[in-house]
Parts: sequence; C-alpha cells; structure tokens
Amino acid sequence: MALVSMTVNGKPVSGEVEGRTLLVQFIRENLSLTGTHVGCDTSQCGACVIHMDGKAVKACTMLALQAEGSAITTIEGLAKGDDLHPVQKAFKENHGLQCGFCTPGMIMTAVDMIDRIPNLDEETVRAELEGNICRCTGYQNIVKSILDAAETTPA
Amino acid sequence: MYQFDYHRAQTVAEAAELLAANDENTLLAGGQTLIPTLKQRLAMPAKLIDIGNIADLNFIKAEGDAITIGAATKHADVAASPDVAKHLPALAHLAAHIGDPAVRNRGTIGGSLANNDPAADYPAAALGLDAKIHTNKRLIDADPYFTGMFETALEDDEIITEVTFPHPEKAAYVKFPNPASRYAMVGVFVAKTPIDIRVAVTGAGANGVFRVKEMEDALSSNWSPDAVTGIKVPEDDLLSDLHGAADYRSHLISVMAGRAVAATM
Repeated sequence: MALVSMTVNGKPVSGEVEGRTLLVQFIRENLSLTGTHVGCDTSQCGACVIHMDGKAVKACTMLALQAEGSAITTIEGLAKGDDLHPVQKAFKENHGLQCGFCTPGMIMTAVDMIDRIPNLDEETVRAELEGNICRCTGYQNIVKSILDAAETTPA
Repeated sequence: MYQFDYHRAQTVAEAAELLAANDENTLLAGGQTLIPTLKQRLAMPAKLIDIGNIADLNFIKAEGDAITIGAATKHADVAASPDVAKHLPALAHLAAHIGDPAVRNRGTIGGSLANNDPAADYPAAALGLDAKIHTNKRLIDADPYFTGMFETALEDDEIITEVTFPHPEKAAYVKFPNPASRYAMVGVFVAKTPIDIRVAVTGAGANGVFRVKEMEDALSSNWSPDAVTGIKVPEDDLLSDLHGAADYRSHLISVMAGRAVAATM
C-alpha cells in the first residue's frame, strides 16, 4: 500500500491505495464521490471522464498513484451550491439525458470541449464525443445541450 | 489486475536503473494501452516505472529543418503545437485523430512507438518520415526500428527519450478507421522529404507497419493519386481478421494511398 494525495474539487484528500488501484476506484470508493461512473471499464464509454489539472481524462484508465499531486475535478465539483454549472443546466433544459448513466462523463467532456474550442459547431461536437457512449438518446439532445451551453458560455 | 508496485521516476537515469534491475519491471508512460492490458491480466509486471512526469521527456522543439518531440509528450500536445502545425501539419492531423480527446490527453508518442501496435498511427508517421528514434543508449533509424507486430529494436532496458522528424516537402496521413474501435483498419502516410519519397502503411500488415516500395517508385516519377491507386499490395503479408479480410485491406491501402497523395496537392 502507498499513500496518495491530491486535490479533489478544491479539497485536499489523501488515502492508502495499492499500486493497481484505479483513479476511478479511489474517487468512488475512498472518497465516496459516486457521480463518476464506471461503464465499460475498457476506456471506450467515457462515463468515468473527470478533469485532471484542467484536462479531460478517463479515470478508469489511470492509476490513483498517477494522479499524485494533481488537481482533480469530478462532476460533483461543477455546481456552485444549488446553482448548476451552465452545462448541467443546458442538459437539464434540453433533455440531454434519459437514464443518466453516461451523463457525468458527457458533461465533463462537454465542459472540456467548450473551454478548449471556440465557436463549436454540430460536426465538431459530434467528433469530440468520440470517446463518450450513450445508449439511450441517440445523441441528438446531448449535442443540442452542448451547443446551447457553448452559446451561453462567455468565451 | 495482478498486484504490482508503482514507482514514479524523476529522471531517465533513475528509470533506466530500475528497468535494468528486474526483467519483470515495465515502463508506464500514458498507460492508455498498458492499463487496459493489465486489466485483462495479459501482463504481470513486478514494478511499473512511471516516466510520464519526467520533464526532460515532455517537450516539442523546432530546430533547423526538424522537429523533436519528447517521448512522454501527449498526443493532444502534439496536435495543438503551433510548431508542429507549421512544419509538419500531417503529424498534427495524425495526433489529433488518435483515439478520443481523453485518450489524447494521456497517451504518449514514445508509448505508441515502443508498443508498436499494428493498428497504431504514430508508427506510420515515424516510418513515413524516416524519423530518428533517440533512446537512453543510441539513435535508431525508423527502418530498422520496427521489427514486427508489437516488436521493435528496443532492448529490454532501453528507453525512448525523443523522436526527431525532418520537415518534409509534402506529407499527409489518411486512415480508414474501424467503425467501432476507431483503430486504423488501414492508415497510409505518404511523404516527400529532401532525401526520398516514402509510403508507410499501418493497420494492415501482419508484421506491423511497412513501406510500399512500388508506390514510392511510382510517386518518384509522378506525384499524383493515379500513380498509386492502381498498385495492389499482395495479400500474403496482410492481416485478415473479423474486421476485414486481406483482400479488403489490400484494396483499402490503394484507396487510402491515393487519398493521402491527393491531400498533399
């Protein structure tokens, strides 16, 4: 076992982990932040996407110890109290989810793409969603939500 | 995953020492292939030596008529580099289409070249541009570097430190991604360098990435899509699996080569 320390949603945290403990396991099981989901566990579905030092990564394809010293944001870190993040709000208003399982990863990916790419268009949003799989919506309303959020987010 | 120890190396020398200390020790860079492999229990390292944070391995340097990229540089950084975009747009395009955005934020060029997956993109660029692969021990030319599927000239305790790509006069990479996995069914990198003309194919070879001499000769006298679309790579040395039979891949190589040449014009 080894000690791992990082900042999660602005709060310093640490815990004992094995070498093989995945970052997503540490987040869900040690920190009880279960908003980050494990869908496929093979880095394809994107339900586990979080931000590490401001970059979207798949928490199921990283070891907890690789995140030592980093700043992590999970889906729980987006809203400010009762005020939803603009992307969360857009998903709510545009019916961007059905069962909701993929939603945390979709939103973390969406926040990253809106930050990174100015003037998002539909084609770019669809291409950027390459690593996030939704089995309910057919993506229509997810894409609509992201475009809506991109429009209302100040650059 | 089987149990293993994790060690974050601070320098290449420290990593090399740990790597040489035990045959069962393995390097970890971005982990986008290695971690899924560990999950499937296809590997059982004693110790993972993480080289992903070594500062000396994280850089992109444009000098003279070449670009040198540190081994632990992420695909997303190569894709976003103004230097790469200016001198080697084909490489920026290639890096921007590996995996998905989250994978590109972790996966590294050195990891891709060391693993030499038969469907990986970077091996096509390295072979197509006659890249120089620098290690902690020596400099290896791309041609002798790639020795077979998942096989390279790297010794067990050798670490890639950086890769140098010469500026080509013309270059392009076009791939036909598998519709499900998005790995290259066939990817073709064509380049005209001051020294020679190269055509490198990934995704299709039973022995990993390879060059197509007949297409290179044809392009030397006539740089146009028509010069290559009629050339068929023999099926004998091509992959044939549930994703596509060898004759299909052979056909794709001709089509992708034509599109790559067209993309340079």
